[in-house]
Amino acid sequence: MGDYCITTDSKKCIACHACEVQCKAVHNIPVGATLGKIVVLGPKFVNGVPKMSSVFLPCFHCEEAWCLNACRKNAIQRRDKDGLVYIKEESCVGCKACIKACPWRIPQWNPETRKVVKCDMCMERIDQGKEPACVAACPTGALEFGEPGKLSDKAREEYGLNLLEKNLAAGLE
Amino acid sequence: MRKIIHTLCFMCSVRCPIEVIVEDDKVVSIEGSPYVPAMKGGICPKGAAATATLNDSERIQGPMIRTGPRGSGQWKQVGWDEALDYTAERCKKIFEEYGSRSAVWAERTNLITDLSKTFQKAIGSPNHITHDAICKGSLNTACRSIVGYTDGGISTDWANTRHVILYGRNIFESIDVKAVNNLLDALGKGAKMTYIDPRVSITAAKSTQYLMIRPGTDLALNYALMNIIIKENLYDADYVNRWVKGFRELSLFVKPYTPEWAEEETGIPAGDIINLAREASAVKPSVIFHYGYRASHHPTEIYFRRSMIILNALMGSIEAKGGVFIKKGPKDAGFSKGFRKFSDQEFPEMEETRRFDGCGQEKYPIVDPAHGVGSIFSHAVLSEDPYPIKVLFNFRFDPLYSNPDYQQNLKALKKLELIVSSDISFGGTTSLADVILPESTFLERSDPLRMVQGLKPAIFRRISCVPPRYDTKPGWWIVKQLAERFGVGKFFPYNSIEDIWEYQLADLGIKIEDFEKKGFVSLSDEAIWWDRKDKIKFKTPSGKIELVSSLMEGHNFPSFPPYQKLKIEDNKFRLMVGRCAMHTNVATQNNPYLNELMPENVLWINEKRAKSLGIENDDRVEIESKAGKGSLRAFVTDMIHPEAVFMLHGFGHQEIKSTRSYKKGVADAMIQEYILDTIGGSPALDHTVVSVKKIQTEN
Repeated sequence: MGDYCITTDSKKCIACHACEVQCKAVHNIPVGATLGKIVVLGPKFVNGVPKMSSVFLPCFHCEEAWCLNACRKNAIQRRDKDGLVYIKEESCVGCKACIKACPWRIPQWNPETRKVVKCDMCMERIDQGKEPACVAACPTGALEFGEPGKLSDKAREEYGLNLLEKNLAAGLE
Repeated sequence: MRKIIHTLCFMCSVRCPIEVIVEDDKVVSIEGSPYVPAMKGGICPKGAAATATLNDSERIQGPMIRTGPRGSGQWKQVGWDEALDYTAERCKKIFEEYGSRSAVWAERTNLITDLSKTFQKAIGSPNHITHDAICKGSLNTACRSIVGYTDGGISTDWANTRHVILYGRNIFESIDVKAVNNLLDALGKGAKMTYIDPRVSITAAKSTQYLMIRPGTDLALNYALMNIIIKENLYDADYVNRWVKGFRELSLFVKPYTPEWAEEETGIPAGDIINLAREASAVKPSVIFHYGYRASHHPTEIYFRRSMIILNALMGSIEAKGGVFIKKGPKDAGFSKGFRKFSDQEFPEMEETRRFDGCGQEKYPIVDPAHGVGSIFSHAVLSEDPYPIKVLFNFRFDPLYSNPDYQQNLKALKKLELIVSSDISFGGTTSLADVILPESTFLERSDPLRMVQGLKPAIFRRISCVPPRYDTKPGWWIVKQLAERFGVGKFFPYNSIEDIWEYQLADLGIKIEDFEKKGFVSLSDEAIWWDRKDKIKFKTPSGKIELVSSLMEGHNFPSFPPYQKLKIEDNKFRLMVGRCAMHTNVATQNNPYLNELMPENVLWINEKRAKSLGIENDDRVEIESKAGKGSLRAFVTDMIHPEAVFMLHGFGHQEIKSTRSYKKGVADAMIQEYILDTIGGSPALDHTVVSVKKIQTEN
């Protein structure tokens, strides 16, 4: 994902699919194509208890991007500054080589423009200091966007402080 | 040009505060208001899909008059003057013969409700009903019978709760973003959530404890909980002594309802019932026995809803942090008055004071006339009791699919002489109308201000973000245009939305400019809690929590009738209905994005029952009741009680102009029988008994 990362907190995800819909609405994507996708397992019984889990799958923006390497028209490019992989719509000829090359079939077909469309992690929004639309729309904050180092820092701070708090309360130092 | 506008969503009745970004009169994005922390800047899928409704070419694009038979989809496009004149002329002729009482105004409660009530009062008809009573009339009555407030007058402190008990209140699928976040935060801090439902929903999967209950027996569970709470002294004795009337009567009443007795009725082990009572009591008063949102399941609905409120009373959780609170309004925040209302003007005396539904009168004496008894609409039209109903003003409401017994509803609607409908898209009732006066979407219109009562009361504003895409108008404009043609325009002293805002705010000393930055004005910076020892203002005649209700007993309804065991034949099922996060009632199934996510409903059926009927997952099955039948795909699962089948509400549309939702799935109204809670006022939408069989396909 270039210099960024989107994480899913499965505990907070309520499988409402607002992330998917917001992505379509903001990018004017027609029915049939889904750029960012939330995959949900369950609800189902696990040892007699109802459980569920989910993971958000936008484009991975691979460092060795199959789609980019497959495009003969250089319509798929990588941003120098942060490594995001995006499509230059005017150069796309609609051959779908990128769709076939991507192991996860992440590039999508837009039947209205008759071109391929893919997640660009909302580059324009990122440049304005905003989060990608899917992350911003999530009603429960289950999706988190950021630079991997900062996300790691935050997660460890939270975990560590919680642990220390418990230790202090238990009289341990 | 780029604009940031703070307004109110209206893809569902929650009406979340949102931030809309507009560029050159196009909506670029919709997110949760950054000024309301519990929104977390987020939005639900329906809110995200609002632009898909706005830009939908299948919307109603201008006023129309019907040219073919009802429901044929044959219309002529007309101008506003022609549509409004036609409506007024037809009404005049009908009123000459049947009086203005023959006109019923029916709507989903919305920000022009004050104006539509004004309209009915001005033309001299006592008949105004809202969808509220169909959804939760019995909850309204139950609340008033115990604490004197309607269900709209109380709420729950999700953020600080330590244990919430939900009876099918599927809060993570029938969502209010603020409540969802507050509850998730509480769960993150270690709060417990017990979820009771015959079906495993997403809320069940998020709960700390899930109890699969036999459908329709929640009341038995609650009587057993009360039994244990009283027997083991688990209640808040100080609170009960200070505030509760009728505790002795309750103690005597619940004595026979032991956990062992309830186990037999509900299928929940007695030990689990005892544990739940103890666990809830351990964190009292920060506990919520949630009284529900939709409250229209069984004929004993009012007693079930009362039982939840009584459990809160025993826990001392009414007006407690982390429990239930009474909503505070402008007066509690130090203002001398609230909004000025148009419906408070002086109107000519009505010739007819009997309501068509008998609400607040002989037939339904304790149901709230502010909402009426909408479920009996079709029955009243067909029976002409107490007098003939000839005209329906139907505003953003769909009795055809919202009321039980589709066939009866269809017959009644076809019998009416005139249906005037205002809607965004072609819903069931609108498709049967004579005249359509299409409303603009919430993104294209401004509305009267909204007073939101709560711990921190506030006033919110909906303001138009983009010009109307088609020839549609706001509701407040349509009502005034109608009123003028009925000769009662003087009761609508405004020409613009600004005039309405000024009228509403006249006694408050708040200026409309104050809404510019955030879209709302807070009336209190601090959460307003009343002193639990002495200052709780219960609105009952005694000023206390009345378990023995003076409202009910005064009309010869017992407060504690004996529990009637629920019976069902071995080869039948009880039909349950419910919601998902992607749709609002019957209104959004044709939205392109939401339709893509959830295009049709399926029938949940227990795997063991399915096996004995030879039904496999994805088979087409026929579901049949005394009211009607339909066919849909089966979802065979262990996640539903063997006695229940379940389907989502709102599908099975028959409107040819809404092509995406046309004939997708089955309308629950088609299967639901006309059964009511005749005391509380709700229909019993989950009480119908059905049979299910596999549809044999020829190979």
